[in-house]
Parts: sequence; structure tokens; C-alpha cells
Amino acid sequence: MRVTGKGLINRDKQISFSFDGKSYNGFEGDTIASALLANDVRLMARSFKYHRPRGPLTAGSEEPNALMTLHSGARQTPNVRATAQEIFSGLEVRSQNNWPNLERDVMSVNDMFSNFLSAGFYYKTFMWPRAFWEKLYEPIIRRAAGLGALSGLHDEDMNEKAYAFCDVLVIGSGPAGLMAALTAARSGADVILAEDDSRFGGRLLSEVEDVDGKPGHLWVDDVIAELSAMDNVRLMKRTSIVGAYDQGTYGAVERVSGHLRGAHADAPLEVFWRISAKQSVLAAGALERPVAFPMNDRPGIMTASAVRSYLNRWGVAPGKRVAVFGNNDDAHRTARDLAAAGVEVAALIDSRPDSGPSGDFPILTGAEVIDTKGRLGLKQITVRTNAGMQTISADCLAMSGGWNPSVHLTCHMNGRPVWDDKLLSFVPKDGAIPGMTVAGAAQGVMSTAGALQSGLEAAKTALAAVDAKVADVTAPQAEDAAYNIAPLWQVSGKGRAWLDFQNDVTTKDVKQAAAENYQSVEHMKRYTTQGMATDQGKNSNVGALAVLADATGRGIPETGTTTFRPPFTPVAMATLGAGARGAGFAPQRFITSHDMTVKAGAPMIEAGLWYRPSYYPEKGELTWRESTDREVNMVRNHVGITDVSTLGKIDVQGPDAGAFLDFVYTNMFSTLKVGRVRYGLMLREDGFVMDDGTTARLGENHYVMTTTTAGAGEVMKHLEFVHQCLVPDMDVQFISVTEQWAQFAVAGPKSRVLLNRILDSEIDNDSWPFMACGDVSMGGVQGRLFRISFSGEHAYEVAIPSRYGEALYAALLEEAKALDGGSYGMEALNVLRIEKGFITHSEIHGRINAFDIGMERMISAKKDCIGKTSAARPGQVAQDRDRLVGLKPVTPSQKLMAGAHFYNVGAEATRENDQGYITSVCYSPTMKSYLALGFVKNGPNRMGEKIRMVDALRGVETLCEICHPVFMDQEGEKTRG
Amino acid sequence: MRLTCPLCGERDRREFYYKGDAIALNRPAPDAGTDAWDDYLYLRDNPAGVTKDLWQHELGCSAWIVVERNTVTHEVLSTALASDVKKATK
Ligand SMILES: [Zn+2]
Repeated sequence: MRVTGKGLINRDKQISFSFDGKSYNGFEGDTIASALLANDVRLMARSFKYHRPRGPLTAGSEEPNALMTLHSGARQTPNVRATAQEIFSGLEVRSQNNWPNLERDVMSVNDMFSNFLSAGFYYKTFMWPRAFWEKLYEPIIRRAAGLGALSGLHDEDMNEKAYAFCDVLVIGSGPAGLMAALTAARSGADVILAEDDSRFGGRLLSEVEDVDGKPGHLWVDDVIAELSAMDNVRLMKRTSIVGAYDQGTYGAVERVSGHLRGAHADAPLEVFWRISAKQSVLAAGALERPVAFPMNDRPGIMTASAVRSYLNRWGVAPGKRVAVFGNNDDAHRTARDLAAAGVEVAALIDSRPDSGPSGDFPILTGAEVIDTKGRLGLKQITVRTNAGMQTISADCLAMSGGWNPSVHLTCHMNGRPVWDDKLLSFVPKDGAIPGMTVAGAAQGVMSTAGALQSGLEAAKTALAAVDAKVADVTAPQAEDAAYNIAPLWQVSGKGRAWLDFQNDVTTKDVKQAAAENYQSVEHMKRYTTQGMATDQGKNSNVGALAVLADATGRGIPETGTTTFRPPFTPVAMATLGAGARGAGFAPQRFITSHDMTVKAGAPMIEAGLWYRPSYYPEKGELTWRESTDREVNMVRNHVGITDVSTLGKIDVQGPDAGAFLDFVYTNMFSTLKVGRVRYGLMLREDGFVMDDGTTARLGENHYVMTTTTAGAGEVMKHLEFVHQCLVPDMDVQFISVTEQWAQFAVAGPKSRVLLNRILDSEIDNDSWPFMACGDVSMGGVQGRLFRISFSGEHAYEVAIPSRYGEALYAALLEEAKALDGGSYGMEALNVLRIEKGFITHSEIHGRINAFDIGMERMISAKKDCIGKTSAARPGQVAQDRDRLVGLKPVTPSQKLMAGAHFYNVGAEATRENDQGYITSVCYSPTMKSYLALGFVKNGPNRMGEKIRMVDALRGVETLCEICHPVFMDQEGEKTRG
Repeated sequence: MRLTCPLCGERDRREFYYKGDAIALNRPAPDAGTDAWDDYLYLRDNPAGVTKDLWQHELGCSAWIVVERNTVTHEVLSTALASDVKKATK
């Protein structure tokens, strides 16, 4: 019910929204919770485990109960806290975790069996039989217990990532935060003020008190107006600082358009910020804790500070007849605010025996609430006093068990809060986060005047740390009352007393955990699930610890402490992963012939970040094999072209370039003649093969290295490492030029004929023999030509600056077609190289050394190189290692399978009998047979031997013959021809 | 986490590639023997406290950097160009 004359809402702007299909009105500035309470709706949710009827417990982002689902369809968003979500016109809100509806939830039957569902229930009941857990128990439990559901549709909302930098990050904008921000800003520091709420001001928006001689919220307005006008200040409301990390890095979530959906359809929903702050001031305030008395979870029972927030900030009385129960002076403040606003206060129940006079309402001292009634909302409370029991009718109960400083962020780097006996709560450990100063209620300073002064001092500390001069600022006049509290952790009586409202953990569960010897707080948490819901126990951890301490006969500090991990408030996965969805998941690298290739209908496959053509289907071809076989025959008999720009190209220059390459390759490059290319093998320092490729010497001090497509990044890093960390005196420089050059393989008997139609000056076998390289001109554009072959054919690779790549590809393709040739894709390229026994990363997969691939003689004896010492270890050159061989089926039409393993004929296919495995397979149209490369124990000494290939996964078994890995033209005559 | 590249200044951790212990700078001579090579390649201390490791400013200037940091407090104590460190040990 609205209270006339109260609240900071805009009563001129009425907003209509729906809850469970029914339309309600609120005002601009309302949250869902405040608007529903204004409409006398108290029942807003069902609890997680027992499906208990629930209303809001709080008025902020720490809310455990009032979780709701917004929107429908793809935008459906579950588990939104009604106490933080602002309403806007047309907002569609639904309750969750109930069926068929909120009032009659069938699953509330769980509540009747609560004796069986207590701590450890799942562990004890659903242990056996083990196999039932995954298929039967877990799905049923998951359906019965739970929160809101996702739509299952593709998320249409857009989120963003952003970075910010500042001298001083102020977290929270209550009196302490505002004073800190004002002091730092006036001193000229770069300031970011982050506020979780939709409005700056913190508790000053919810209390009736003056600051600087004016109502608190007006002082807030003045400070914000001053800060807004300053260039060195960034004000970020609706921004939760969710994590504190090393070296002053903070994670933050800014809610940009969730409060005005539809109006700004193109704005991101949320922005995930990484804020780098030289210093920070944590002024996150404190959270009031509930009291664990029997049946304390009914709709209408909420924290006293929440009642004051609804009354003073939103102009809502959460009930017509409100009772107040607490152990500290804030209970009195609540009763006084209510009475002053004309709301009937049924009684003020103070657990302390000697509470002084308060206001014009009945006061029961030394009293406790021991029971409540009202199925879907509070109707009556039972109070135990020194004089006996009495029942009081009330539809709202404001409870205050004291305040917990918001220490959460100070725990994110393993800082354990320390117990304060006077506050009866934990306060941050000093220096828990380097560069962070804690101020105000977060530090346990509970009065407004104290908070203002504490914010000012914290700013001074931060400014000193960044060597800034402090402007002359004084804190304004404000309330400075002492905070008086007496312990009240639980109230004995019949019925369950809730601690963790979100996970349905009661005092009984904690006591049971202690009785079953889960006495460490960490064990108790996991056994009961206390504090493990999305609110991370913000409202309940301290209370649960106190109950555990009592049950185990220890003091609270001896029992343990609370800790919190990021994020401070739940963060949507979509926000964390902003931008990394669909095509944004990984960058895409395109070859210059990409568009023409896609237009030709070639299916593209991913190779790292690159996209490469699989094959080029022609009319009438029904399978990839038909296209691939044709392309292989085309290269073997005529000519084919394919884009090889994805191979890594590294330009190496300098007087020591040759010596450097000698050190990173197993073989010699300083002796390579200018104008020649050589195949090189590169090892890791542990002796295993890192990468391979050809390197061309273009000049005395100039080489161009090629790497495999997959190995390009690793090799570049490796070269930098070797140069900077091992041989920094070598005068050599290198840079990746992969993107700068488009490169095409031209392969087949007619390759030179084709090239001579493109090149400005013709070449022949004498001017350009096998393994020659050099500059060429094509249409007046200077490029490079390398006579190298990955197919075993007479072949070249021609390179041109990337901007001419597409034009050159088009010209090559046109001439190729005139010679009965054309484009070939990765499938054909793979067949061509397997037929010729060339290796790729399928073979050099990280556990293979030079000896294994028969290249041990490539490790030059004349010099040291990376990996040489390790490669010589006895185990690295053992005859029975898995070594490279070719394999063909005894019956050519029988299939070979990549990944299949080998066993001797007559031996059982078991791990102990394993003889090796297949790494590459193709159907060879040239040999009219399946062919494979693989590794077999002592392989090179077993040529001609029959061996069983068994693919246990796909149920294929083929008898094979071990053979030389080069299946055709072992002398290389075609290549040289 | 933030690291200071001696060439580029203070940068977010995401710009750096991590390799491991800075022992990688001390490559033994080819004939140093099996134990020396085993130490160099495989054996690592796992200190609770100050450690030196190698990072590369991969998304920046490509410099390899020796980072001295505390594994307990996460403090970064110093950073230096690996090439300078290597030259100084000669
Ligand atoms: Zn750098």
C-alpha cells in the first residue's frame, strides 16, 4: 500500500507491467518488489527445496527469495531479483519454481516431508544403486528443486565488453562512498564511482535523516551534480563491482538497458567492464541479517532495513499492521519511521531486557518471536515474554539481527575477515586487497557522520598512494548515534528457523551437520548447502556460523570465518562471454581466393583460424570422394592449383640469419646457396619434432621460412624465445609475413607450361631447377617463385603481395582450365602427399622425434641445434619405438581407418599387444587402393610383414601389409622432370 | 593481473603468453651431461614465495620478459627484458 507523501518515486509517471499475467501499476523509480508490495502482493516466489511461499526478504541485490522470470521467448531471463529490477512499461514478469501456479504449488508437498529432506538427505538416500544416480535420481531431483528456466532459444540480446582506467575507484555511493569520491575528485584524481543500485545514495535514500542540514537524499543530489560536472569523474550507476583481482583489476557489470527494454533495442543489455584502478575505496555498506526464529520465512517477514527502504524510498508500507523484532537500535528506528508515516505498529519486540523508551507504540522487552501463522502470508506472530506468551496479529514483521559489513570484495584475494566482538560481525582484514581502503559501514563504521569522515579519510589514503595533493574537504554534519547490539543468533521453539532462505537451510540442518561430525564450517556448508546459493550466503553465513559455534560449544572466531568468491552478484554467462558468440567466438582468417572459392561451391573447412577449401564439386559429382579422385588425377596428369597462403611465412634477415637458422633447424642453412630452397626440420629442446617446412635463401642475409599452417604461431614464439633468451647476441631479425603474401601451389606435369603463360619472363629447367627460388614478375607485379613440391609432381609455389592474390588466383585458374586442369582442395592435397609419403602434423603430433620419422640423419653432426642433445638419448633412438611406415590393405578395396591400432596376426587386440597406430588415411586413385601412414614398432625393419588393423570404435578390421611410406616415385623423377 | 612490459609499460595479463620458469635461459652446454639436461628440461621447483618466470608480450612487442613475482601474495616484484638478463649472465 502506498503511503502519501513518502518516497523518491516519480508519482507523475505511472508504469503498467504484468506479474503472472495480471496487470499492475507502479511509478517510475519502482522495483518489481516495491511495485508489487504497493499493490499488496506479498507472495512472490516459491522456495528452492520445500517450495515454501515466499515474499521479498530484502530491498536490494542481496535478495534470496523474490527471484522471477522476465520476458518470454528468446529473451526469457530467469532468476532476476525483483528487489533490484526496475519496472518499465510493458514489462512481463512471471513467478518461477511452481506448478500449476504460485498459490497452489503441487511440489509444496516437499514441505510436508521436510523431515526426510534435511541435511545430507541426497547423499544418504540416493547412494545406491550407483547407476541410478545419473539416469533416475538426479533428473527427478533437478526437476523438483530448482529456480527459473532458460528458454532454450538462441539469446537475441547483445552484450559488450569494455575497459576503463582510473586513479581511484570508489565502490558504493552511500555517505562513505560519496565523500570519498568527492574528496578524490576535488583533488584532481581520475575517479570512477560505481553504484550497484539504479540511483546514487546508498542508505541515505532509505533513511529519514539530515546531512549538511538538509534531507540526506538532497545532499546526495548536490554531490552527484558536482561530480557530474567534473571531467575527471565517471559516474557508473547500475554497475556492480563483481570481483577484485591482482594489480588493481576489478570486474564490473553495468546494466545498460535491462531497465528500459524495447525503448533502446540497439543498446547492449549489459557491459562487462575490466577496470584497472591504481587505488580503490570500498564503501559497499553493510547488509542487515535476519533473525533465525521459528517459521521466520513467511511472505511479509523481511529485514527491518528493507521495511524502511520500502517506506522511505518507495513510499510503500509493506503491511497495514507491522510488528518489529530485533536486538539493536535499528529496530526502534524502523518502528519510529513507520509510526511517523502513519503506519500502525503492532508491537516493537526487543530481545534486550533493558531497551529504553522509543515511540508511540507497544514495546515488549526481553521478548522473542517464537512462531508465526499465515499460509500464503503473515497473519499472526507469537511472542514469548517474561510474562508469558501472547499472540499479535500483524501482516508484516520487520526483523533486525544486526548488520554484516559488506566484506565480500575483500575476500576475493584470499583475505579472511576478522571477528569484531562489539559489532558482532566480521570486518575486513587490513590490506586484504592491495591498493584498497575500506570505508564506512563496510569497515564497521555504522553512523552516518562516521561513514562520511571514514570516506574522506579513505580518499586521503588513496590519494597519498598515487602522489596526489589532497584538496581541503571537510565532512558535513550528520547523525552520529552509537550502534548498540546484543547477541541474538537463534530463537528456540517449535518449528523450523530458516538461516539460508535461498537454499532452504534451517538451524536444525546446521545442528544435524554438527551432530554428524561435520563440524568444520567448510564441511557444514557442503553438507547442508548453506551459503551455496546464488546469494552466496550474504544474508545467512554469519548466522549459520553462530549456530554451528553454539552446537559445537565453541566461540564464533574459533569456529571459522566467512569467505566470498567472485562474482559479488550473479553474472549472466552471456555477459561474461560478450562478443564471443557465433562468428565472434574466434577470429576468422580468409585466404585471398576465399570469395571465388566459396562461389565455386567448395565446402570450407577450418584449419586453425583459417578457412580452406575441402574440394571443388563439379556437376554430376555426388560425393566428396568423386571430386577428390578427379582432382588427384588432374594434378597427376595435367595441372592443379591450390591456395597455400595459410602456411606460416617468416621473413628472417640479418648478418647472423644463417647461423640462427642453423641453431633452430637440425640441418644446415648457412651453407644454402642464394636462390635455393631447403627442407628443414625443427625440434623442441626435448628432442621431439616441433615443425617442418621449407626455407628459401633470397639473399646473403635474407631468408624466408615457411611453417605448417597449424605451427605458425608456435614457431614464431619459439624463434623469438631462442633469439631473445638463448642467443641475444646474434644479429638477426624476423617478422611474420603470412598475411602479406598470397601464395599458390601450381602442381602437375603442365605446371611450367601454365606458369610461362603468367610470368613476364619464361623459365625452363635450367633457369629454374628443382628447389630453386627467386623473384619473378607477373603483369609487372613483383612476386616470388619457389620450385618445391608437396605432391611429388613437377610443381611450384608462386607468391605475390596479398592485394594481388585474388587476381593471380583468377589468372592461374583460367590458364589451368585451358590445360585440362583446375583447382584442387585440401582432400586432394592430402591424398597427393600421402601417396608421396610426406608428413604433416598428423604424423608429427608432439610425441614423435626425428628418428621415428626416419630423419635422424638430418640432425647435422657439424653443429649444435635446439633439441640435438635430447634427441641423442638412448631411449630416443631405440629400434622398437613406434616408427613411420606406409600401410596398404592386402585387399585394396578394404578400408583403413585413421586412429586404428595394429596387432600382430594371431595376437589378441589388447593394449598389451599394441603394435602401433594409423595417423593418415586416404583412398588413392593413383594406386587404386586405400593407403595409410602410421607408426609401427620397429616398423622400418618389418617391411612386407602382414599386420592386423583393428578399429575397435567403429568395428573395422583389415589385414595390412607394412611398406615404405613413399608409395610412388621413390626416386623423385617426376619432381625433377 | 597486470604486468609491466619493459618496452610497452603496464598491460593486462591477457596480452602475455606464459612459458614457465626462467631457468629456460640457462641452456646447458651440449656435453653438460644427463643430469644437467634433465634439470634444465624437466625438474622445477614449486616455491611458495618468490619465483622468476618467463612471459612473452605476445599481443604487444613480442619481447620475452623475466617476471619476478610472489606466488603467495601475487605481487609482481620486477620485470626485465630476457635478452638483457641473458646478456648480463655471460
Ligand atoms: Zn611489450
